[in-house]
Amino acid sequence: MELENLQREDVLMSTRLAAGGRLLNRGKSVRFEFNGKHLRGFDGDTLASALLANDQMLMGRSFKYHRPRGLVASGAEEPNGLVNLGKGGRFEPNARVTTTELFDGLTATSQNHWPSLDFDVGVVNNYAARFLPAGFYYKTFIQPRAAWKHVFEPFIRQSAGLGKAPKDRDVDTYEHFYAFVDVLIVGGGIAGLQAAKTAGASGAKVLLIEQTGHWGGRAPVDGAVIDGKSADDWINNTLDLLDKMENVQVRSRLMGAGIYDHGYALAHERLTDHAPSDDMPRHRLWRIRAKQIITATGAIERPLSFAGNDIPGVMLASAVRDYVVNYGVSAGDRTVVVTNNDDAYRTAIALKGAGLDVPLILDARASGGGALAEEAAALGIRIANGKAIASVKGGKRVTGVQVCAQAGEGAVLEEIACDAIAMSGGWSPVVHLWSHCGGKLIWDDAHAHFRPDADRAPTGADGEPFVSVTGGADGAMSFSGALANADETARHVSKRIGRKAKKATPPNADDVEMAPLAPVWKMPQGAGIKLRSKMWLDYQNDVKVSDVQLAAQEGFESVEHTKRYTTLGMATDQGKLSNINGLAVLADSLNEEIPQVGTTTFRPPYTPISMGSIAGEATGERFQPLRRTPLHDWHAGNGAYWEPVGHWRRPYCFQRSGESVEDAVQREVKATRDSLGLLDASTLGKIIVKGPDAGKFLDMLYTNMMSTLKPGRCRYGLMCSENGFLMDDGVVARIDEDTWLCHTTTGGADHIHAHMEEWLQTEWWDWQVFTANVTEQYAQIAVVGPNARNLLEKLGGMDVSADALPFMAWADGQIGGFDVRAYRISFSGELSYEIAVPASQGRAFWDALLEAGAEWQVTPYGTEALHIMRAEKGFIMIGDETDGTVIPQDLGLDWALSKKKNDYLGKRAQQRSHMADPDRWKLVGLETLDGSVLPDGAYATADGTNANGQRNTQGRVTSTYHSPTLGRGIAMGLVLNGPDRIGEVIDFPKTDGSIVKAKIVNPVFYDPEGEKQNV
Amino acid sequence: MLILHCPYCGVDAEETELHAGGQAHLTRETVGSDDEAFEDYLFMRENPKGVHFERWRHASGCGKWFHAARCTTTLEVFGTYSAQTTAPPREICDAISGKRPGWSWKTFSARMFS
Ligand SMILES: [Zn+2]
Repeated sequence: MELENLQREDVLMSTRLAAGGRLLNRGKSVRFEFNGKHLRGFDGDTLASALLANDQMLMGRSFKYHRPRGLVASGAEEPNGLVNLGKGGRFEPNARVTTTELFDGLTATSQNHWPSLDFDVGVVNNYAARFLPAGFYYKTFIQPRAAWKHVFEPFIRQSAGLGKAPKDRDVDTYEHFYAFVDVLIVGGGIAGLQAAKTAGASGAKVLLIEQTGHWGGRAPVDGAVIDGKSADDWINNTLDLLDKMENVQVRSRLMGAGIYDHGYALAHERLTDHAPSDDMPRHRLWRIRAKQIITATGAIERPLSFAGNDIPGVMLASAVRDYVVNYGVSAGDRTVVVTNNDDAYRTAIALKGAGLDVPLILDARASGGGALAEEAAALGIRIANGKAIASVKGGKRVTGVQVCAQAGEGAVLEEIACDAIAMSGGWSPVVHLWSHCGGKLIWDDAHAHFRPDADRAPTGADGEPFVSVTGGADGAMSFSGALANADETARHVSKRIGRKAKKATPPNADDVEMAPLAPVWKMPQGAGIKLRSKMWLDYQNDVKVSDVQLAAQEGFESVEHTKRYTTLGMATDQGKLSNINGLAVLADSLNEEIPQVGTTTFRPPYTPISMGSIAGEATGERFQPLRRTPLHDWHAGNGAYWEPVGHWRRPYCFQRSGESVEDAVQREVKATRDSLGLLDASTLGKIIVKGPDAGKFLDMLYTNMMSTLKPGRCRYGLMCSENGFLMDDGVVARIDEDTWLCHTTTGGADHIHAHMEEWLQTEWWDWQVFTANVTEQYAQIAVVGPNARNLLEKLGGMDVSADALPFMAWADGQIGGFDVRAYRISFSGELSYEIAVPASQGRAFWDALLEAGAEWQVTPYGTEALHIMRAEKGFIMIGDETDGTVIPQDLGLDWALSKKKNDYLGKRAQQRSHMADPDRWKLVGLETLDGSVLPDGAYATADGTNANGQRNTQGRVTSTYHSPTLGRGIAMGLVLNGPDRIGEVIDFPKTDGSIVKAKIVNPVFYDPEGEKQNV
Repeated sequence: MLILHCPYCGVDAEETELHAGGQAHLTRETVGSDDEAFEDYLFMRENPKGVHFERWRHASGCGKWFHAARCTTTLEVFGTYSAQTTAPPREICDAISGKRPGWSWKTFSARMFS
C-alpha cells in the first residue's frame, strides 16, 4: 500500500477483533459514555480497551503544548489516558483509563483541552514550542514581571491544568483498615503467587496483594507454560492452593502504595470503583505492619526516543500485545514494531496470530534477535536489523514511519505506511516500593536498568533487612528465573522470621533463549537537534530529549535539579516511563555513566491514591472529637452562636430572635456592666500541682513568685518558654500548704500540663511534685457585674462579702445548696466571682443562677463580650497580644517578673541583647480620631522603606473592638516605644488604601483605678 | 512510622502514639551562662547520620518521657531507657558498640558538648 493512500487519518482504525480477549465476557455488553457519545464495551474491559475498541485513540492533550495524546500503555504507567470520571458527588479528575474497569453507566470526559478534544486552542503552544523551553516557568517568573502578570499567566491559567477539581461534596464513604502480618507480598504476578505459596507453607501469616483485578501479571499474555500447564491454569491452581491455606490472605484491587519505617506499609483498595454502590466504602486505606515485605511488583517497559514518538498510535509493544490478547482489541491494522530487545517480537507474533498485519520489525541491534526473531521470521514478518525510526508520520494519528539506520544521523531509507507503532526500549524493574524506605539500587548493564541491590536493603528496628524483592522487580527477566527467584526469596524471608519453608522444587517454566538487549537512548544514534526536539521523554509534562540536553548545558548537573527544571517525571505518572530514558540522556549530555548520575528519589504513593481514603472515616462530625462543657446543651438551646476554641465549642454570643451577632454582643456587654452577667468559664484549664516541692516548681514555671502565696489567696501568673516568650497566663490559687491550682487559658490546658510534666520528668525528676489536669472535673461559672454579690447572697450559704472574700481570695463553701469553690477574681473589671462546682452539678447550678438572677435581668454572655470587657480594662489575651514573639516586658507586665528569684524558665533568655533592648514594640491603647474600629492586625507605618522596598512599620493592632461602654472603637496594639509616646497620632493604612489615624493612649480604657472590681 | 518500646508501661508504641522531643542529654544552661553556651543549649543540635539519642514522650499512652538510642540511617533501635539520667546506661552503650564497633559515648559526648 502506498503511503499517499493512507494520508486521510479517519480511515485509520483501532477496533474490536472478532475473537480473542481472555479477560472479556463477550456475553455481557456494557454501556458507557465518553464526551457525550454513547458507546458499548464488554464486561471485563478497561475504559482504555473499550475506548480503543470504539476507535477512540485520542485521549487528551499534553500539559504544555496541548499536543494530541493517545494511549501508550495498558497499566498503571499510562501517562496520557487521563479523564474526568463520573458526575456530581462522584466526579473525579485524572482517572487513568488503563486502570479504570468498565461498568454499566460509566461516564467520562476528556480533559486539558479547550474548547474541544479535536480542536484545541492551546495547541498554539505547540507552534510556540521554541518559546517554551526547559525552565520556561522559572525564567518567566523572574523577568519580565509585567509580561508574566499580563500575558503568560492569564493564558496559562485558561489553557493549562490536568483535570478540574471536583465542586460537589464526595457522596462516597472511605475507611481505614489495620492489618498485622508476618509477610506482606506486593504484586500478584507469578513471582508474587509463588512467593506466597512458599511463605505460606512455612506457616507464616501472609498477605498477598495485587493492584489490578487479575492475577498472574504478564505471564498469560506472554504465553508462559509452567509445569507443563498454561499460565492461566497454573495461576488458578495456585490461587486454589493459597485459598486453602488459612494463614494466607489474598486480595486483588489492593495497590501497595508505600513502604515506611519498621515494616509499616500503606495499601489502597478499590472496592466499588468497578461497580459503584452506596452500600460499601469506595476505597479502603490499609495500614499494614509486616515483619517482612516482599515486593514482586514486576517491570515496566520503556519507550524509545525517536522523532514523533508521541503521536497517537505509538504505543508500548507490551501494551499493544495486552490489548490484543486480553481484550481482543487491535490498536491498528498495520503495526510496525521497533525494538532493542527480543521481548517485542512477542507482540509481532501475537498480532500476526490475531490476523493483523505487521509490515516490518525494526530491530536497532545490528546482530538482531534470538529465538523469537526466528519465530517471527518464520511467520513471514520482514525484519530489518540495525534499523531505526527516523521520524513518525502523522498528526492526530500515526500514518507511517520513515526508516533509517540506527547508527547514522537519520537519513531516510524508506517509508512504510502503518497506523500503529509498537515500541520497546527494554524493561525497568518497578523499584519504587523497595526504594521508599531506603533500599538502594545497582545498575545492571546487561539489561540496561536499575534493580534493587540486595546488599543495601531497607532495614528495620533490629538493623536487619525487612524488604526483599523478587521476580521481574528483581531483574529476573524469564519465567523460570522469576519463579525460582520467588521461591528462594520466600524461603529466605521465612527464615528471617524464624520459620522454615519445607523443601520443594520450584515450578519449572519453558523459557525461550533471548539475545542480549542493546541500550538505545536515542534513535537514531546521531540524531540532530531537529529530530531530538521531537523526541518525547515525558508525554504528560511535554519534556523532550532536547529539553534535558538544554538543562545539562545550562548547568543542571544533578538529576534532582534537572527534574525540577524540566519537570521531567513530575506529572501524575511520576515518570514511570520517562525516568530511565531521561537520566540516560542527561548522563550522555554530561559525558557520565548512568549509575554516576543516579536516579531521582522514589516517593510514595506508587500511584495516586484518593484524598478520601487518606481521610478515611475522619470527615464531617467525625473529623475530630468535640469537647462539651456541662452547660453545652443549655447554650445550644438558647441561641448560642458557636466559636471553636481548641476542641471546644464556646458561645461567641447568645442571639435572641431577630438580633444580629453584633447587637447581641453589645447587649451582653452592657447588661453585664449595668447589672449582672454569667459566663461559662468551664473550658479554662485547671491543673493541680501538689507535693513538698510544688512551690519551688511553680517558682520555676511562673515568672512571678508562687511559693509565697498564702493558702486562700489567688495570684495572676505568667508562664514563659525557655526561649523567653510569653506562652500562657492565668490565676493561681493556693489550696493548702503543698497544693496549688493553676488556671490556664482554654487552649493551653493540655500543652501547659504537658509542659509541666516535661520539666518534672526530664529535668527536675528528683523534685517531689505531682500534677493532675482536672479541667473537666469542674463546671466553672463567672458571676459578673454590680449585682453579682446580690445574686450569691440571695442564693445564700456562704459569706461572700468584701471582708470575708476580698478581691483575689477564694473559699470553699455552699451556695444555694451546691458545693462550691468561689474565686474572687475578675477578667472584666466588674465585681466578679468565678464559681467552680463539680461538673455533675454544673447545669443545676447554672439554672439556679438564672432563676435567682431574673430580678437583675441576668444575662449569659459569650466569648466576644468577654473579649471586649477585658480589652476595655487593658487586660491582655494570650494569642491576641502574644504570638510567640512577645515577651512580658513588651506588654508592660514587668511587675510580674520576680526580681527576687535567681531563676525561672525564660529569665536567662530575656537577658539577651535583643530582648533587653529598650527599643521594642510595646503595648499601648489606640483610639481612632474618628471613633471607628481599626482593622485587626493593621500595621502602623513609619517613614521610609526597607531593603525590599516595602514601607517601614512601627507597630500593629493586636486587639480591636467597638466598645459599647465607651461608644467608640478601641484597640490594643504594640508600638515602637509606645508607652513613651502617649498622645502621639500614628497612621494605620487599610487594605483599601485609606488611612486611619489613631492616638496612642493608656491601654486601660475603663475604670483605671479598679474601683468597680474591688468593692 | 517507627515503633519504640516504652520502658515505663512496656508497650511497643507506634509513632502515632509518640511525641518526638528532639536530642536527648542536653545540659540546661541558665542565668550565669554566657551567650554562646546559652545559644548552644537552646538552638544547636546534633543532626548525625548514624547513632543518635532522642527524647520521646508516650503522649497517647502512659504520658511518660523516655529516651531512645537509634541509628538515623538504618532505623535500627539500640534500646530505649529512662529519661531520668544524664547519660545513656551501660547496656545501651554496649548494644551500640556491639553493632557499631569503635563507637564510644565519650567521643559522642565530646562532640556533643564541645
Ligand atoms: Zn508508656
